[in-house]
Amino acid sequence: MQADLAILLPEILLSAFALVALLGAVYTGKDKLASALVWVTSIVMLVLAAMIGLGDATTQVAFDGTFVNDGFARFAKVVIMVAAAVVLIMSQEYMQRRGILRFEYPILVCLASVGMMVMVSAGDLISLYMGLELQSLSLYVVASLRRDSVKSTEAGMKYFVLGALSSGLLLYGASLTYGFSGTTSFSGIIQAVQGEHLSLGVLFGLVFIVSGLAFKVSAVPFHMWTPDVYEGSPTPVTAFFATAPKMAAMGLFARVMHDAFGGAVGDWQQVIAFLAVLSMFLGSIAAIGQSNIKRLMAYSSIAHMGYALMGLASGTALGVESMLVYMAIYVTMNVGTFAFILSMERNGQPVTDILSLSSLSKYAPGRAFALLVLMFSLAGVPPMLGFFGKLYVLRAAYEGGLAWLAVAGVVASVIGAFYYIRIVYYMYFGEETEELDTPRNPVLSGLLVASAVIMIAAVVLNLFGIDGAAASAAASLVN
Amino acid sequence: MSVAALSFYLFALSTVIGGLMTVLGRNPVHSVLWLILAFISSAGLFVLMGAEFVAMLLVIVYVGAVAVLFLFVVMMLDVDFAELKAGMAKYLPMALLIAVILLMQFALAFGAWDSSEMAEGLRQAPVAADVQNTAQLGALIYDRFFLLFQLAGLILLVAMIGAIVLTLRHRPDVKRQNVLAQMYRDPAKAMELKDVKPGQGL
Repeated sequence: MQADLAILLPEILLSAFALVALLGAVYTGKDKLASALVWVTSIVMLVLAAMIGLGDATTQVAFDGTFVNDGFARFAKVVIMVAAAVVLIMSQEYMQRRGILRFEYPILVCLASVGMMVMVSAGDLISLYMGLELQSLSLYVVASLRRDSVKSTEAGMKYFVLGALSSGLLLYGASLTYGFSGTTSFSGIIQAVQGEHLSLGVLFGLVFIVSGLAFKVSAVPFHMWTPDVYEGSPTPVTAFFATAPKMAAMGLFARVMHDAFGGAVGDWQQVIAFLAVLSMFLGSIAAIGQSNIKRLMAYSSIAHMGYALMGLASGTALGVESMLVYMAIYVTMNVGTFAFILSMERNGQPVTDILSLSSLSKYAPGRAFALLVLMFSLAGVPPMLGFFGKLYVLRAAYEGGLAWLAVAGVVASVIGAFYYIRIVYYMYFGEETEELDTPRNPVLSGLLVASAVIMIAAVVLNLFGIDGAAASAAASLVN
Repeated sequence: MSVAALSFYLFALSTVIGGLMTVLGRNPVHSVLWLILAFISSAGLFVLMGAEFVAMLLVIVYVGAVAVLFLFVVMMLDVDFAELKAGMAKYLPMALLIAVILLMQFALAFGAWDSSEMAEGLRQAPVAADVQNTAQLGALIYDRFFLLFQLAGLILLVAMIGAIVLTLRHRPDVKRQNVLAQMYRDPAKAMELKDVKPGQGL
């Protein structure tokens, strides 16, 4: 037990911090402490990220395989922790000014992060479900954090109902898989689920599990909740949704597919390739009609999930590596873009219409250029970092024998480039409109610039060596 | 037919009927009562399987607490169920079609059901004949499934925090009783005695 608990140290520390913070805040200053709590929480998360990243690099298994701490899990956890910490810092000022910063917010984000860490470390169908529910339940609550706004409560409600439905699908698939293999542990399932001709029952289970997970990563055709939830939630919460949970859900996806169903790659490959194609095309085409930048980012995230799934669909270690690199780049781009969206204000009121960005380059050339870099990167225009992310997954799909999928990816990316570049067009050539406020928050401006600099610098500096880390992470998952 | 088989069919039948009536019942209070029947019948099924602890849990926790709570919620909340159902009627044909297709697909899957040959060997926690159900569960939950048990606790904590975050309102315009302030009130300052002469008034 002691040795098992030592492996779980980061998770235990984070949950203990959440509990102490909750009790401390309830018995003392309550919401007056919220700002300080946000900062402390992000520092704790960054420290944990460093601890996980620099710690023991071996594969450890706790509680009879219920919890696996390997290179793959550590890579995903570092991305999750850093993303959650950065988004928390970003949200502090915005929420404070609008009076929705409550001390429960950082605590719920903390508990959601614990759930995400368990998700990417799951070695058993039960721990998978526990982690997923812990994460989802916290996210449902923060989605409707602005409870006196109809849109925010609607977002929370929709997310909750559809999330519960997807959890049901996942559980049904898990029970079918359990019925077939007699065990819930991934190491047992992979022994039982082998070969070309699986029985119909376990195939059903596999498809149900994939559907449940596709819901969580918002892949088409399980994407319906995404635009409404992104639009309705408070913007900092949307920024959170678009970063850490996506990484966690993709990590979980890869883990289930390779750890539990690694013996039946041919069976899930086609399903995931199908999800990837649909997500890329729907994300790219449906975003064209959007004028609300939050909805636009929702469709953009659907398309990006399609690309990440493309890496996964190749079914190889290279595929998992490319998916990890893609997700890390995606999270960085989104942090920068949402730092910009959070600072979009006119007369102190937040605006989300993309037409309000018209002629931004005239009065704020620096911010306009930073957003230009990010938009080009999201669209995948060379020489920005986003291009290399796409290149990675396309190569993985091609080498995994899915050349048609790679071609579809390129086509979808060209279509998708339209709406990213349209934003750039408005900023540089749009008609003069009422100006946006000059942002006063150094944190948001700093993150926007940092993210834009990374988009260019990482290409020169060999992706900061992140591909090497991803390669060893993928090797620990696929063998 | 043996007694066990007979009671299995009886319990199974009443579980299914209870479940159906829960969904189909017009009166929500009746639905909750049917739900209780479904719970009790499934508790019987658990006993037949030799899982007497789970059966008792089902009766004590679900029937004793959860269902009664439901009953109170249904009776105290003024929800217009007829209106809710009217919205459903619009989508019913489509939903039925999908349900029937799904059901047929499941029939296909379960008709050809076979477990892996390894399933028997891979079982994680086979029931030992000589150890009591409760003791066995305790050994599993507090040892091997310790992590899962604690995570379940965290999930319930999140549910509690969520309920408070989303519903608790501190209303400043409501007067609350402050016992200490009442106790320390000085009678000399709180009231003033006036000697009113008859026929004069104040």
